[in-house]
Amino acid sequence: MKIVTICGAGIGTSGILKVNAERALQRLGLSASVVAADIGSVQRVAADAQVILTSEEFVEAIGATRADVIVIENYFDGEELAEKLERALG
Amino acid sequence: MSLPALADRAIVLGVHARDWRDAVRLAGDALVDSGCTTTEYTEAMIRMVDDHGPYIVIAPGLALAHARPGADVRRDGLSVVTLAAPVEFGHAHNDPVSVVIGLASAAADAHLGAVAQLANAFNDPAAIPALAKATSRDEARRILEGGPSPVSAA
Repeated sequence: MKIVTICGAGIGTSGILKVNAERALQRLGLSASVVAADIGSVQRVAADAQVILTSEEFVEAIGATRADVIVIENYFDGEELAEKLERALG
Repeated sequence: MSLPALADRAIVLGVHARDWRDAVRLAGDALVDSGCTTTEYTEAMIRMVDDHGPYIVIAPGLALAHARPGADVRRDGLSVVTLAAPVEFGHAHNDPVSVVIGLASAAADAHLGAVAQLANAFNDPAAIPALAKATSRDEARRILEGGPSPVSAA
């Protein structure tokens, strides 16, 4: 299973999301590879991903994808992340 | 990289910002003043928001200002700016912002240690309001290092 976190630069916010998504997965007892990427490379990096985690601002720019696009509001809220990941993957 | 000890010049507390642009610029100035970036990086951080919207407001009250790694970054680093009065970034959920973290990374893969440490610090929901109210640089450093608040001796 592959999860891609997306932000404008591919560092920083997507990095935070990657770290906290990995922690949420661990809590849920799920394993997946989590990759941080920038919006410009989303189509390539997320071509084989099941889930894309991002902010509302990027949903439109991500465009057509087979992955579930999940919008995260508070990147530091482990419960929000776990709940949304569980719903998408469960 | 692990989170480097924040230089005094990278921590700016209780300043006034006219708007979000000014707030991001203050975080950029602190990165420049502490020797991490050139002023072009500051402009690139502002451009990220102009181009993509206020997505850098990743939690209530907190903006993580950053741009792409590149020649504008002289070395990896962070800056912290707290605002005397919070400003609106136009974010749907997390406005207004009282703490702006500036993040500079020289290479795309070099920042994850610092990012993990930021996650450690801010996964404590009390950290953002505590940092917003910090009155000394040591207090701000302590919060960012994710350590427990010292018990008052009084």
